[in-house]
Parts: sequence; structure tokens; C-alpha cells
Amino acid sequence: MDLIRIKNVKKVYKNGVTAVNDVSLNIKKGEFVFIIGETGCGKSSLIKMLYREEKPTSGQILLGGIDVGKLRNRKVYKIRRKLGVVFQDFKLLPKLTVYENVAFALEIFGLPKDEIHKKVIKVLDLVGLKAKLNQYPTNLSGGEQQRVAIARAIVNGPKLLICDEPTGNLDPKTSMEIMNVLEAINKLGTTIIMVTHDIQIVNELKKRVILLKSGIIAKEYAEGEYKDEGI
Amino acid sequence: MKVFRILLRDIRDSFRNVFRNFSLSVASISCITITLVVVAVSLILSVNVNKFTKLVQDDVTIVVFLDKELSLEDCKKIETKIKNLGNIESVKLKDKEKIRQEFMESKTYASIMKDWDTREENPLQDAIHVKVKDINEIKKTADTIEKIEGVDVAKYGEGMVEQLVSIFDIIKKASYIAVIALIIVTAFLISNTIKITIFSRQREIGIMRLVGSSNINIKIPFILEGLLLGILGSIIPIIIITYGYVFLYDNFNGKLFSDIIKLQKPNPFMFQGAALLLLIGMVVGMVGSLRAVKKYLKV
Repeated sequence: MDLIRIKNVKKVYKNGVTAVNDVSLNIKKGEFVFIIGETGCGKSSLIKMLYREEKPTSGQILLGGIDVGKLRNRKVYKIRRKLGVVFQDFKLLPKLTVYENVAFALEIFGLPKDEIHKKVIKVLDLVGLKAKLNQYPTNLSGGEQQRVAIARAIVNGPKLLICDEPTGNLDPKTSMEIMNVLEAINKLGTTIIMVTHDIQIVNELKKRVILLKSGIIAKEYAEGEYKDEGI
Repeated sequence: MKVFRILLRDIRDSFRNVFRNFSLSVASISCITITLVVVAVSLILSVNVNKFTKLVQDDVTIVVFLDKELSLEDCKKIETKIKNLGNIESVKLKDKEKIRQEFMESKTYASIMKDWDTREENPLQDAIHVKVKDINEIKKTADTIEKIEGVDVAKYGEGMVEQLVSIFDIIKKASYIAVIALIIVTAFLISNTIKITIFSRQREIGIMRLVGSSNINIKIPFILEGLLLGILGSIIPIIIITYGYVFLYDNFNGKLFSDIIKLQKPNPFMFQGAALLLLIGMVVGMVGSLRAVKKYLKV
């Protein structure tokens, strides 16, 4: 069953640049999909439209049956609550502890304190940071900060996790640790879409790969099909 | 229950954020304090200028001189007639004998009056002292009084009173304009300071949006924070308008320079002023935050 249906999506920015041009794509529930391509090929624009940071100029993006492009600004939160997003720069709040950064994403739902506590501890355990819950992000390594960001993104049990170059700032060893965490999350049933430049990771994980070039899908590879062809 | 929990969390967060962003909070609070102190001082000045002008206005009297041949009975009838006219605050009849007596007893006029023989006919006229409710209507009232039979003339210091009234009117309006203008400037300054505070927290707002906070969920903690900054910033101005003003009033024995300039009594003025300052602080704090946060909620 498809979780995401992208139909003939086009994104033209105000300055006239066409970032995404007539892209159609379906992603099933529980899939792990890599989106790769050169800088400026439209990868980030495509996933920004998925979490409605950008609106498609034309075409349709259905996420769990909801037409994301037609959502009004004040209703955007509805879609954001169904997905998690992880960025290259972590986007953590430096004045909050690890625990508070993760709990932050649950407090907006008005959950009771003990329920928030249980969920935060569970997810910090999953990403291997249970021992550092009272630390501030500035005291953590890049990999640890990214794991906090992942924990925050999945703490409310989203169906979809969008990762925009999550290993872009990390060394190869730490990157693989992050990928292990993401694989574990995927095995629990969460669909993952990950934008990356890191071909080594794509090669090792052998997941479905979508190669974008100049805003269009240049090639699609099914699971295990992709062999190091560069980007 | 859920809404209550969210509100409680928002209140907790607004308190925490004031301390977490301490230097920016101090900047906002200082800005609110300084501007509200200026508002407080101008409020004190404005209220006292108005009090003084009112005292002077209240002192303006129409003196109605009555025809000499009238009996005391006739004078009282005219007094009643005047009392029943509109715009009359008080009426007081002074018969000529009483006036002569007062003149003879007064240091200023005694030397003139001593040459008069009390057995001779009293050269003075009976008079009625009239105070009006609306000083702007004094000319009209004096003209109406003059038309009453038995009234010789009604004097109130024509020309000078009108001039005084127009000067006081200008002072009153200018003080109101000054206070209102200051409040607007205060609102603008405070709201811009808070805007800068929130500008530095764009990232936080972005993350709140990202994890699924609705616009209202994002706005409420910032509005509460603005409210808190407004309350904290109005503490010193409130102290100035309450304790400071009472100190000033007591030290000057309630008057400035002479008995003519009486100061406004602290009670209830200081409480009203304090409430106004608190209200300005709270409203401006909230509106400033809301304005700033709204800017970052547009996609």
C-alpha cells in the first residue's frame, strides 16, 4: 500500500528556477528510499514539498491520502505531526537538555508528564542516548546530536521519517552508526526517505534508490539493484 | 484536561524562557521600564497641571451687582432666579451692609473706608457671587444674568478669563497629547525590542513548526512571555508612581511653591496610574510578541 503518491509534481521558484520538473513517484509503507543526485538537482526541494515547507507549483503530493500541497498554512501542523524530519544541522535547541529537546515534540500534544517521560526514555534508549538525557547538545558529539534529532523526530511514532542529508556533517564511522539507528527504526515499520550524497552508505544498505538529475527522475533502482554508479 | 495541560506547559515555558534568554529579557524589561517611567512622570505632570487649571477655573466668579434701590427681599428673589438658571454651581448673596463691614475690617480697604460716615447712605451695591459649572459658558451665563430685572451689571473679568480658559485648554490638550504620544512611542519601542528578542529565536519557532506545533500553540508561549516581560518591566514605574509620588506629596505638604498650586492627592490617583502602567506594560508586551511571532509563522 502506498504511503506517498507524487503525481507530476513541478516546483518553480520565484526567481524562475525550476527545481523539480514533472516528478511522479510512489513510496510504499515501510519502505526505505534513498534520493540521490548532484547538488541542485532538486532532492531537497522534493522532500521540502513532502513536509510542506514548500508548495508544489503544479501536480499533487498525497501523503496518507492528504493532499499536502492544498493544505492551508495554518493546517500544516496536521501533516507535520504525522511525520518526522531530520536535518544535516540537527536543529536542536541548545538551551534545552537532550531529554527536553525530545520531550518538546510531545508536549505540544498535551500528553501527561509520565506518558511523555516513558516515551522519551524509550526512544532515547533506541538511539543509545539514555545515559545522556541531562546533557546539553553542545556537550555532545555530532553523531550524538544527530541521534537526539532522530529521537525527537520519531518520538511521536510517525509513519514517515524524512532525512535531509543526516550524515552530511559526520565522519564515515559515525555515519554508519546513524544508518544503523535508521535501519532499526525502519524495521519497526517506519517509512524512511533519505536524501544523501554519501554513495558508500547507499551501496552498503542496498535499498531502493531514486536518482534525480536537473529536477527529473533520471533513474530508479529497486532494492539491491544499485551498484556504485556515482551521482 | 489536555488544553489545561498545554496551557500550564505554556505558562511554565514562558517563565523559563525569560530566564533562559536572560540578557534579551533584561533588554526588553529595561526598555519597558525606561519608557514606562517616562509615561509615569508625564502622567504625574499631566494630572497635576489639570488639577491646577481646574482649581483656577473653579475660582472664577461672576459678581452680579444689583440696582441700589432694591430691597433685601428683591435681592433674594433675584438670587433664586439665578440659582434656577442652567450652568450654575453656587450662588451667594452679599448685601451692601455686609460688604461695607468686610471692607472696613480689611487691611487693604480700611483706610479708604474710615472716611465714610456710617450714618451716610451706603455707596456700595448688593452683590451676588455666582460660580459656574462650565467656565466655557461663562459669557453666556453672565449675559443671561444681566437681562434679569434688577441686575445692574454682571462682571467676571471679561477678556482675561477667556484668555485664561483658552490657555488652560491648550495646556490640557497638550498634556493629553503628550501622554498619548508617549504611550504610542512606548508601545512601538517595547514591541520592537521584543521583536529583536524573538528574532533571535527564529530557529526555535522553526523547530516548533517542524515538530507539528500549530500556529496558536507557537503564539501562546510567546504572548505569555511578552505579558510577563510587560509585568516585570512595569514594576519600577509602578513603584515610582505609588511610593515616589506619595513621598513627593508628603515632602511638599501637598502643594507646590504656594497654596495656589495644590498637588493631586495620591489616593486614588496612584492606584489608577499604577493600574494604567501595568495595563500598558501587559498589552504592549503581548502585542509586541504577537507582532514579532506572526512574522515568522508565514510559510
